[in-house]
Amino acid sequence: MGNKTLDRREFLKIAGASVGGLLLTAGGAAAAESSKTGDGIKSVPNGYAMLYDATKCVGCRACQTACREANHTPPELDVTGNYDEPMDLSGDTWTLIKLYKDPSESSFVKKQCMHCIDPACVTACPLGALHITPEGAVAYHQDICFGCRYCMVACPFEVPRYQWRSVTPYIQKCDFCVSNGRLEHGETPACVVACPTGALKFGTRPELLSEAHERIKKETNTYVDHIFGEHEAGGTHALYLSAVPFEKLGFPKLNDTPYPAKITIPLDIGVPGIIVGMTTFATGTYFVTGRKEERTKKEETHDNDS
Amino acid sequence: MTTIVKPVNARRSISIPWGHIFLWILATLGAVVAVYRLFYGLGAATNLSDGRPWGLWISFDVVTGVALAAGGFTIGFIVKILHLKRFYPILRPTILTAFLGYVIAASSVVLDIGLPWRIWHPLVYQNFHSPMLEVALCVMTYTTVLALEVSDPFFEGMGWKSAKRVVEVFMIPLMVLGVVLSTMHQSSLGTLFVLASKRVFGLWKTGYLPLLFFISAVAVGLAMTILEANFAASAYDMDAEQDLLGDLGLYAAWVLLTYLVIKISTLVGSGGVRDLWSGGINNVLYFVEVIGGIILPMILLFIPSIRKSRKALFRTAWIVVLGVVLNRLDVSFFGFAGTPYIPTWMEWAINISMISAAILFYDFFVRHFPIFNNEH
Repeated sequence: MGNKTLDRREFLKIAGASVGGLLLTAGGAAAAESSKTGDGIKSVPNGYAMLYDATKCVGCRACQTACREANHTPPELDVTGNYDEPMDLSGDTWTLIKLYKDPSESSFVKKQCMHCIDPACVTACPLGALHITPEGAVAYHQDICFGCRYCMVACPFEVPRYQWRSVTPYIQKCDFCVSNGRLEHGETPACVVACPTGALKFGTRPELLSEAHERIKKETNTYVDHIFGEHEAGGTHALYLSAVPFEKLGFPKLNDTPYPAKITIPLDIGVPGIIVGMTTFATGTYFVTGRKEERTKKEETHDNDS
Repeated sequence: MTTIVKPVNARRSISIPWGHIFLWILATLGAVVAVYRLFYGLGAATNLSDGRPWGLWISFDVVTGVALAAGGFTIGFIVKILHLKRFYPILRPTILTAFLGYVIAASSVVLDIGLPWRIWHPLVYQNFHSPMLEVALCVMTYTTVLALEVSDPFFEGMGWKSAKRVVEVFMIPLMVLGVVLSTMHQSSLGTLFVLASKRVFGLWKTGYLPLLFFISAVAVGLAMTILEANFAASAYDMDAEQDLLGDLGLYAAWVLLTYLVIKISTLVGSGGVRDLWSGGINNVLYFVEVIGGIILPMILLFIPSIRKSRKALFRTAWIVVLGVVLNRLDVSFFGFAGTPYIPTWMEWAINISMISAAILFYDFFVRHFPIFNNEH
């Protein structure tokens, strides 16, 4: 089941890429090629992923603390000053456990970057500061970013956060422990290691997807029959299993189209089209109307002469 | 000596330029706030937050301001490319205001980005898949193009004939470049909100936003030209070329009709119709924008007697401008999802101060350089 959909998506991607490629070469491929950060925008559909099983999470928040230690983010203290109690993702908090509770059911949910296969933020970033690593993680070059915050506006999950109180602010978000070097050294992200109940699992995306499907099959009564992140916005590298409907856990309802695909037409066809079309149109109009004007001038002088 | 001093004194005793003093105070206040923002950061100066990453400066100065400055390329196209020379008298003033509009937009961006000293980064680090890069590069280039276009009357006024001749050689290519660049970034300002469509309210959420932004930019460009010609005429005691302006009004009517047709069809096509009666403030804004800001001025501009009357045309042009302003604010401000946000007084101060500074510069430039009176 999972493989079939993957195959289909792969096919669509290849088909889309070849059609887009043809149009691009037709319209001027120079722009796309001269991109210095072009590599960081290529999706890695079978990269590393993280599976969070809400039914196994006990809300101990060891992941939260481990994330702070690994990424050196300061705690967000409550009013008493004794507890680290972040209310939401922020410039200082890259992941946190939230609790959903209503009279009939309750569930924990881990908030963090979804690491989309085709991330809106990476397409949005004008400078290529946000990029996709070869592992499939969405990471950030803080030396490149100039702080336009378009990534924050574009992200459908509202994940990127900003250091508003700083005079030299940067975008902050989970990067699957790429920037602290864990992933590079073959270690799994800090939060996964810290999880005592096995609610978090790290592996390749196809691996984790098939495991998630298995778990749903085995315990149909426990789980909602849906893996959040399998198809949403073209698929994400953070995958979620839950007993409670995902909308209740604060996940947006998204269709399967990747966000960057929304602007393929205006950007890949529209822009080269405008450059070629408008230049031709304006220059052509200039010469045509110019000649007409000359002719009328000549006729006028001719009339005056006769 | 005395002969030089006397007329200056005499002039001062006649009237104190209260308007100028007021504008200078506003401009200075904004400069102080700008320094505060640079030394204490965005969090201290603005009410922006993680739930509301873009605010007044982006919505008003950039998204709206750039649309209002569309007069520059519209009139450039009409005069230099369509060879409609009779519109020449309003070419220079319109290009000057367009230039100042872009300077305001660019300055706002410098203050709005988190790390202003990296404003040059788009020249070196580029992701060509980003509409934001396109906007950044186009605005940078087009501001330079406008500066070169403004340098023509500047050199003329300074009497630097050889420099003026060099600029004149490039004037036509510059106008063509201006049209191309404007088409690109006026539309890609709309593309910005296609990628960010999650935050845009249903009535404005459409993949055709780039096209709509471009067409409405042409309409508002024509309307702004009419307004500027009138402002200039009353402030500097000159004739407004009513026939010319009336024709621009008629062009604007046709552009508005095109805009209206596309806007309604995309609303139907995107399924936004179901949001029409959802009963929020956004619905009211949408109806005001479409009926008051597009249909009403379009009908008025199709009436010849309105176009012939200076006052009526002037007022109708105002309606067009306000309609497009409302549209840009609907997309990027009012209908833009996020945590509730009210700009701080400092955000307003920066805004108002930049407009004041632009008026002062315009006034200075118009008095000293051949913007209204030139030999053509």
